[in-house]
Amino acid sequence: MRALHRFNGGVHPPEHKGESTLRPIQQPPLPEKLVIPLHQHIGNSAKPLVEAGDTVLKGQMIGKAEGYVSGAIHAPTSGKILSVGHEAVPHPSGLKDLCIVLAPDGLESWTDLQPIDHLNMDPSTLRNRLRDAGVVGLGGAVFPSFIKLNPGAGKRIRTLVLNGAECEPYITCDDMLMRERAREIIEGAAIMRHMLHAEEVVIGIEDNKPQAISAMREAAGQSMEVVAVPTIYPGGGAKQLIRVLTGIEVPAGERSTDLGVQCFNVATAASVYRAIRHGEPVLSRIVTVTGNVKNPGNFEALIGTPMDHLVDQAGPLEGSDGAIMGGPMMGFDLPSTAVPVVKATNCIIVKSDALFPTKPQPMPCIRCARCAESCPAELQPQELYWFAKAGNFGKAQEYALFDCIECGCCTYVCPSHIPLVQFYRYAKSEIWAQEREKKAADLARIRHDLRQERIEREKREKAERLAQKSAQAKTAEHSQPEQK
Amino acid sequence: MNSPYLAKSPSVAQIMAKVLLALIPAVAAYVWFFGPAVLVTMALASATALALEAVMLKLRKKPVKPYLLDGSALLTAWLLALSIPPMGPWWLIVTGTAFAIVIAKHLYGGLGSNPFNPAMVGYAVLIISFPVQMTQWLAPLSIAQSHLDFMSQLGYMFFHALPQGAQLDAFTSATPLDTLKTQLHLDKPMAAIMSMPVYGAIGGTGGQWVAAAYLAGGLYLLQQKIISWHVPAAFIATIFIVSGTFHLIDPAHHASPWFELATGATMICAFFILTDPVTGPTTPRGKLVFASGAGFLTFAIRTYGGYPDGVAFAVLLMNICVPLIDAYTQPAVFGKKK
Repeated sequence: MRALHRFNGGVHPPEHKGESTLRPIQQPPLPEKLVIPLHQHIGNSAKPLVEAGDTVLKGQMIGKAEGYVSGAIHAPTSGKILSVGHEAVPHPSGLKDLCIVLAPDGLESWTDLQPIDHLNMDPSTLRNRLRDAGVVGLGGAVFPSFIKLNPGAGKRIRTLVLNGAECEPYITCDDMLMRERAREIIEGAAIMRHMLHAEEVVIGIEDNKPQAISAMREAAGQSMEVVAVPTIYPGGGAKQLIRVLTGIEVPAGERSTDLGVQCFNVATAASVYRAIRHGEPVLSRIVTVTGNVKNPGNFEALIGTPMDHLVDQAGPLEGSDGAIMGGPMMGFDLPSTAVPVVKATNCIIVKSDALFPTKPQPMPCIRCARCAESCPAELQPQELYWFAKAGNFGKAQEYALFDCIECGCCTYVCPSHIPLVQFYRYAKSEIWAQEREKKAADLARIRHDLRQERIEREKREKAERLAQKSAQAKTAEHSQPEQK
Repeated sequence: MNSPYLAKSPSVAQIMAKVLLALIPAVAAYVWFFGPAVLVTMALASATALALEAVMLKLRKKPVKPYLLDGSALLTAWLLALSIPPMGPWWLIVTGTAFAIVIAKHLYGGLGSNPFNPAMVGYAVLIISFPVQMTQWLAPLSIAQSHLDFMSQLGYMFFHALPQGAQLDAFTSATPLDTLKTQLHLDKPMAAIMSMPVYGAIGGTGGQWVAAAYLAGGLYLLQQKIISWHVPAAFIATIFIVSGTFHLIDPAHHASPWFELATGATMICAFFILTDPVTGPTTPRGKLVFASGAGFLTFAIRTYGGYPDGVAFAVLLMNICVPLIDAYTQPAVFGKKK
């Protein structure tokens, strides 16, 4: 048995996972149109490869990865491109972003797929394949996976961690995936192990998912270790899970690869498997639709499926009032559900006043430090709050503001109901804005200095040229009579 | 609304309510051993505190209802009422409470912003300004030479009138700590002092049971996770170790460490006063430093100072140090431990 470690704090919110695990993963009917954002990952937006009027095949690349940190985008089904333009995307502000709108033809005609046998391929070929297949972290961070599978020369990966913890309340998409498609996850993990030359693979699953644990144990056999970890939020945070399974603490700003560990979500492993062994890019993902609905459950939704479409399948109940994308601890309010499912959409929670009552008015901080006791990053949230509130951002950084993972434990336990995480998000964005301004100012100053220098130089050169000319003229004048 | 969408009780009001609840056993013991006058003191202090809290909230343009119902003003009133003689004149109680609520709390920014424990500020103002009234403690009922009925007690508190022929000295006495100090000054041997009727098995007659009730209430707060162990443990351990050391070296002039724990305000301070989160440090190590400092100062003032008990000044002096303590006891964050 592996000796497990613990991390500071954490909380036990009501789980609400049972509701959405009653039925198997469902295939929703094909929606009338798909809205596929070109920016579904960390890094640069994909570059559109199609125009309105084009016909595309299922799995055809319609957006090309741009630059190193980026991912490709594909047509989730066959059909006709209606437009390439700005549409509302899932974002707290109701932001519009470049999207490809696709009208499915219902034929599901596939493009040519090229499965590869990973054992005969070197990791760099496999990485290129994953990049072109649009494989990104499906745990929510949507970081391009091929980058994480490139530890760099001389770096040894001892442990590959697979994250099946799924610690947020309500979300069950990984749970259902592990129950139903454990083999795909294990095969994907084997490919990643091959790419990283990892010595061991450890799969962490919270002990509130016994069915997923046994399915994964059966699929893994002796090759990988499936570990039941204690159920405590945010035990599924990558750093927290790495800590629990290996005892290693990955400091903020450092890469876990430098410490010999790499961590992937289980759904990412499954999509690695499909991308390599079947040549299938990421066209869909499992989405939990739960909360104030009649039939909460999990849907295998094509990327770009309007969320409305999924919510309708689950049957919203009376008293529904908006929706959350993600979990109730770290998710965000959707201004509208008329936005598409993206690669980051793990869960849609239909809200009601009964499920999420309005919080009481905040009271002053009484310095009780319950926030510090609950903080998995071992910060002093009360200090950060005072500094953020006072606009003392330098001090906030000194007290490790950027080590905050915004898990929300502090806010959850605050007896004064202070929206602490909001203050940290605010302070971080202010600091980023200041840094951008400073950079811009520095750049302007450098430009100004260079310009001054150039003007000076040109003046000097002009003066020199003039002096030379007049000197020449003088010599010419002097010599003229002699030439005559 | 923004994430997290979930919240867990208890609220500030619920925390305060539990602390008030935890004081009930001590109040009951107090009434049992010293009579019901303390209830009048508590009621008057509570009424004054709530009224002034409402006025101050209004003046500061804060919503009155949620703040009034948070229980913090009531708690301040109770702690002050339990710290002063139970049959003090009405103006003593009102003055102390007014100082606590108006000056120590609201003029410094109200709930969460006051650097000094309001109840202890109220107490300090009273003991400096009105030392006579502040040392007229009711004698335990079991040893008092005569009894005042409840109506006569009220008459004394509100009209400064005693029944015909009644003597104040007959039903008041010096506290066990005060008696010890005076008697040691008169070179009386320790054993003889401790056999005086004002002393019980460990601490003062009656008072030791009130202290035990504070301890019981404090253990309830620990069990409910309203307070952490750091402050009471460090305070009690420091007083025990320091007074124990002095007792071992010079038992003729220093009472036993158990006596120091069971008398005066040691127990109410350990669990109810020093544990005030607003005026204490937030870090675990800071709490240990803070409470040890308070324990040391309490012993020093009791032993060498001019006041009968050292708790109030020890708490206020340590309150001053809180920002410094917090700044120097910041724990290492995740992944950055040495």
